Amino acid sequence: MRSPCSSGSASLLMQFAIRTDPGERTIVAPVLLSGNEAIARGAWEAGVRFGSGYPGTPSTEILIALAKLPGVRCEWAPNEKVALEVAIGAGMAGHRSLVTMKHVGLNVAADPLMTLAYTGVSAGVVILVADDPGMHSSQNEQDSRNWGPFGKIPILEPSDSAEALAMVRDAFGLSERLDMPVLVRSTTRLSHGKTLVEVGERVESDTPGYRKSAAKWVMVPGNARGRRVDLEKRLAAARAESESFAYTVEEMRDASLGIVCSGVVYQYVREALPDASTLRIGMSFPLPEDRIREFAGKVGRLVAIEELDPYLRSSLAAMGLAVQVVPVPHIGELSPGRIADAFGIAAPDTRDPMDDLPARPPMLCPGCPHRGVFAALRTMGAVVQGDIGCYALAALPPLSAMDSCVDMGASIGMAHGMSVVNASTGVSGVPVVAVIGDSTFAHSGLTGLLNAVYNNTDTTVVILDNRTTAMTGHQDNPFTGRTLMGVPAPEIDIEAVVRALGVTSVQTVNPNLLKPTAKALGEAVAFPGVSVVIARAPCALLDKEPHDPFAVDEDECTACGECIRLGCPAISRDDTAKAVIDTALCVGCRQCVQVCRYGAIVRAGRACDIGSGL
Amino acid sequence: MSVTSVMLVGVGGQGTILASDVLAKVAATSGLDVKLAEVHGMSQRGGSVDTVVRFGEQVFSPTIDPGVADHLVSFELIEAARWLHWLRPGGRLVVNNNVIASLPMLTGSCVMPTGLEAALAYEGAVFLDAEELACEAGSPRSANIVLMGALSVGLPFPEQVWRDVITKRVPPKTVEGNLAAFELGMRACAHGVCEI
Ligand SMILES: Cc1ncc(C[n+]2csc(CCOP(=O)(O)OP(=O)(O)O)c2C)c(N)n1
Repeated sequence: MRSPCSSGSASLLMQFAIRTDPGERTIVAPVLLSGNEAIARGAWEAGVRFGSGYPGTPSTEILIALAKLPGVRCEWAPNEKVALEVAIGAGMAGHRSLVTMKHVGLNVAADPLMTLAYTGVSAGVVILVADDPGMHSSQNEQDSRNWGPFGKIPILEPSDSAEALAMVRDAFGLSERLDMPVLVRSTTRLSHGKTLVEVGERVESDTPGYRKSAAKWVMVPGNARGRRVDLEKRLAAARAESESFAYTVEEMRDASLGIVCSGVVYQYVREALPDASTLRIGMSFPLPEDRIREFAGKVGRLVAIEELDPYLRSSLAAMGLAVQVVPVPHIGELSPGRIADAFGIAAPDTRDPMDDLPARPPMLCPGCPHRGVFAALRTMGAVVQGDIGCYALAALPPLSAMDSCVDMGASIGMAHGMSVVNASTGVSGVPVVAVIGDSTFAHSGLTGLLNAVYNNTDTTVVILDNRTTAMTGHQDNPFTGRTLMGVPAPEIDIEAVVRALGVTSVQTVNPNLLKPTAKALGEAVAFPGVSVVIARAPCALLDKEPHDPFAVDEDECTACGECIRLGCPAISRDDTAKAVIDTALCVGCRQCVQVCRYGAIVRAGRACDIGSGL
Repeated sequence: MSVTSVMLVGVGGQGTILASDVLAKVAATSGLDVKLAEVHGMSQRGGSVDTVVRFGEQVFSPTIDPGVADHLVSFELIEAARWLHWLRPGGRLVVNNNVIASLPMLTGSCVMPTGLEAALAYEGAVFLDAEELACEAGSPRSANIVLMGALSVGLPFPEQVWRDVITKRVPPKTVEGNLAAFELGMRACAHGVCEI
């Protein structure tokens, strides 16, 4: 999987077509931008000077795009909580600031978020949160609109790239007028969809620098009570803004059916029910109740259509409106067809899906250094508390070497918890191992490790240091020695960090060397107390050096299947069950060479065929 | 006010994202409204991937439902079968006859289904060997552009527009190879039937 054309920043370079007409006036022709590019552009046009965030599909490309535009400093934070706090500080000091994250990231940032509405802002602070209905790349599909009433924060929902640009651009002024942070909710189909956009020029923002105000910024109870009361006034102002919000659009067609919707769902509705009247809500908190009532008064049947939670429907019902329930699914993504189906509109003639096709789950790449660690852990029979990153793919057969994956950083806490119980119930002989990536360790592994040391259990933590944040498309992190702006940064030494947290048993291994890795893991689990193994080898996709591939000597191969059990995409079985290596896919990592007891895997010259292009 | 929906499917890492970007830009350059939906993230690690490009006078939804695609271009044989029911009856099917084994196939828990080519041929598939043609074009990684050449035969856009967009979109060093790849893909399908 070393295609230069795969996901990530390469395909997301901003291309803005600017031409000049005979009268020398600059005309900006519409360009095709992803929602993420448009969001970045909107922030830039608003004069944003600072961006912070943590990668997470489908939000990642926003900061990457923003960092390429002039006059903005962008940073990857170690996690979303830090990202938001940094942006609050930057806003306090007078720079309009954008914070980006995926939906689950906002859980991590919830602590500052929930008080930010109280303090309010100085320069505008906009939080971009990208939901993932259908869980294309996520562990859950929570609906971020709920943060509106919960955190008392205005929420905007663009329905295509053009609106994303415009709404994000205007969100900063809104944030400043209201003295509130503004949340912009994207979804996968907005962020990773592309639609035509007319771009504008940057307008430098002119916001005052820091002004000391304890009553506003120091949220001790005495001050917070005051700000809580003040927040009601700001919410009332937000509600007024919502009533006149330019991106809430009523479109009257056939008045017998009126649909209230927001975000990309509007596009599905227009396609599924072209004759229905629509009220597209641009600000989903606070809702424009007057405009909703007005619309409800004009239509026959009133229906809310939305992805995930029945947020609009419940709100309309709470307003006392006779909103009808139509069986639109509240699990997964919507589509025109799913909406049409809920309204009893017959689907077009289609073929039946073909049965019995082999599944194609994602898998660890050829040469992935994570593979060596999981091969060893499987042999040890360890209970592996997993974490979030490419290595979660090791949970699939044939490695099947991961027992859990819940949230970023969970591995260490869960391993410690299990070790506590094993120690008290006398379960022994089953090592408990936490496995966590370098980026995830920086994100939220440190506190878990500190806890395990403090509360002292026999827990082994493996840090998979592949020198990058791979799963989300190779972003830098505090351990890689480079920032998002592409400048060198102190390359923080994981081993020193781990020792400073009180771990005394620390080993560093190259996971591509299977025996030393297995040996280190064996020693680590035998160690009484917390032990750490740092498995360090760069992600195979970052290694651009060509290494000669390997091939199977079929005379020596006994078809034992050991190499197959590594789950490498380059190794399969032939008709006689013997192994064959696809030399076009093999990156020469040598892991299979080390598991073959018969010396049947040998160097091959680089093949002239080019295989699948993976 | 008809909208054309093209679906590109394949295996994560095969370059469907770049190909769909080229197609979308071709449609946009031709003055049409365009929407594109692609998936990044987990599935890009060798999973089954799909990208949808829709164009016309006015396009609403970026995604489609089964039975709606007017063109299905599959970068891999099994994926063609997996996504076939997304093609509308009578739609155009272009298939790269390359097989990439999935993890369950590699480990032997699933086998390569037999008769896929025949089943797809029955549905009117046009087959080509995009990798071989890419090699012939001197640009082994341009199989995705070969497939765009094959697709272009069934779409109303002038060849020059495709060439201009490809020239702007691919890395400068690979322009020549990609243009050659496009042409080979186009020629292979010039008569609607691809010669392998
Ligand atoms: C709270 C939260 N933020 C972001 C993500 C998105 N995410 C999933 S995996 C991952 C990166 C993991 O990187 P690392 O731990 O270094 O593992 P690698 O993928 O490199 O193996 C990120 C950012 C998430 N799932 N949860």
